[in-house]
Amino acid sequence: MSDDTPNRIDSKALSKKANELRLNVLDMVIAAGGGHIGGSFSVIDILTALYLRVLRHDPENPEWPERDRLVFSKGHCCLALYNVLAECGYFPRSDLERYCVDGGLFAGHPERELVAGAEATTGSLGHGLSIAVGMAIARQLDDDGHRIFCVLGDGECNEGSVWEAFMAGAQFKLDCLTAIVDSNKLESLGRVSDILSIEPLGDRLKAFGWAVREIDGHDMEAILGALEALPFEQGKPSAIVSHTVKGKGVSFMENMTPWHYRGPNAEEAEVARRELKALLRQ
Amino acid sequence: MRDAFIAELHQIASEDRNVLLLSGDIGFKVFDKFRDDYPGRYLNMGIAEANMIGVAAGMAMSGKRPVAYTIIPFLTMRAFEQIRVDVAMQKQPVVIVGVGGGLAYDILGPTHHSIEDVAIMRALPNMTVLVPGDPAETGAATRAAFELDGPVYIRLGKNGEPLLRPNVVDFEIGKATILREGTDVAIIGSGPILGIGLKAAELLAHQGLSCRVINIHSIKPLDAAAILSAGQQTRAVVTLEEHNIIGGTGSAVAEVLAESACAVPFKRMGISDTFTYEVGSQKHLLKIHGLTAENVTDTLASLVG
Repeated sequence: MSDDTPNRIDSKALSKKANELRLNVLDMVIAAGGGHIGGSFSVIDILTALYLRVLRHDPENPEWPERDRLVFSKGHCCLALYNVLAECGYFPRSDLERYCVDGGLFAGHPERELVAGAEATTGSLGHGLSIAVGMAIARQLDDDGHRIFCVLGDGECNEGSVWEAFMAGAQFKLDCLTAIVDSNKLESLGRVSDILSIEPLGDRLKAFGWAVREIDGHDMEAILGALEALPFEQGKPSAIVSHTVKGKGVSFMENMTPWHYRGPNAEEAEVARRELKALLRQ
Repeated sequence: MRDAFIAELHQIASEDRNVLLLSGDIGFKVFDKFRDDYPGRYLNMGIAEANMIGVAAGMAMSGKRPVAYTIIPFLTMRAFEQIRVDVAMQKQPVVIVGVGGGLAYDILGPTHHSIEDVAIMRALPNMTVLVPGDPAETGAATRAAFELDGPVYIRLGKNGEPLLRPNVVDFEIGKATILREGTDVAIIGSGPILGIGLKAAELLAHQGLSCRVINIHSIKPLDAAAILSAGQQTRAVVTLEEHNIIGGTGSAVAEVLAESACAVPFKRMGISDTFTYEVGSQKHLLKIHGLTAENVTDTLASLVG
């Protein structure tokens, strides 16, 4: 029984790629003196799978009308998005030097005007899913086959507007729409469940009329399995609750509230680099 | 005005199948014809205004031409941040149509009045702000909004507003219209309340004062030239709006006059920074606020000395 079934090879390669991108994110945070590194590390595996394997898109033609759309609603974790977009070729990797600098292209939250591949300007939490619903209704009216994805944070689900969008997604039977909640259990100042709990999230989304699957958001095979099974049910929008670890990949960052937004000092940077490089050798 | 809006929208929708109408669960029977004639293109989004605006933005990003419609405070204030980020900041062609400008919803109480909307919408970059004065202007404003292909806010009254002018409507975004020529004093205003301004001009004529009445239905972009002409060519200027005197039409006019160092005697008339707790018809409430033709006349007469 071979270990290297096609899905396994893909998932191994994708996992490795995600870890490479974690290193790039780390470098950018060090250069900028700080960034939303925790949430970028938790979301980057599923984002890598989406952009490098699952989405139908054309980095050389970001306006291609038949493309799948992805609204990155948890915009503060754009370090992950920027690196995945660069990896796909939406812009040269060297452009990422223009992150959070004077005259730069990449701000601390993604701007649609400046970032090729960014479908919406996000950063104010709670907006993206409504925008995705609008795109999905338009696609349903035109009946042209593309899909819409929206990536949200779990802290973001504190926002009431997110639940308006969840209601609408089900009401309009948007089975071309998939919401992915990066459920890393932390928000800015502590655990989501201690601040404004959204649990049980999967059950709530089911009750709101979505077809729901819960996965380990760092298990690339599970990620691919879920993404390739979309839509989960005809006539219902799909939701993936992706259980993740904030700061995944670096031991002292994992599950630690301060790494919501922070810059590593020299010692921390060295340890982080060493650990991420070790992951690449696995 | 609401009926004029829906009639023009119906026509525009026949010309462009990308036109969509989103409503925040209001308008009993008002949209039946639109819904029946254009299946799938009328969507009741429920009482969820923030979502409605985000949805409209997403539709616009996908090549649609959506209209988002509901009562002004719930549209522009509850969902202001969505309008700011999803529509204005990203320059999406969403036509935001609010019904019930000023005290049009009178007996429903202050929660349904709108006296701040022009102020906040005016402060949004990339937003065009239109305040038509009657049903004819409403139709023209609606068409102009679609031709603009960018973020637009249209402030409607409700229904039953009389025509300000019986003849041809010339409606151009960025250009004021002169409802009545005059050389001694000027009234500059927006919205159906200009009817009071026209009555005031009549009364002033009897007092031997020639009063120009200017309709700035386009609050943003503003026709600064028309404002300056009035300031430079007359001896007193009063602004008139069914809105707080803070931040709306009067403030916009004051900005132009102040920056041009035009020292014409000037006063803003409108709602003097108060909610309307009293109960009554629009006419009754306007009287409580001193918004009558007689008061406008007296104010101008005393300004001109």
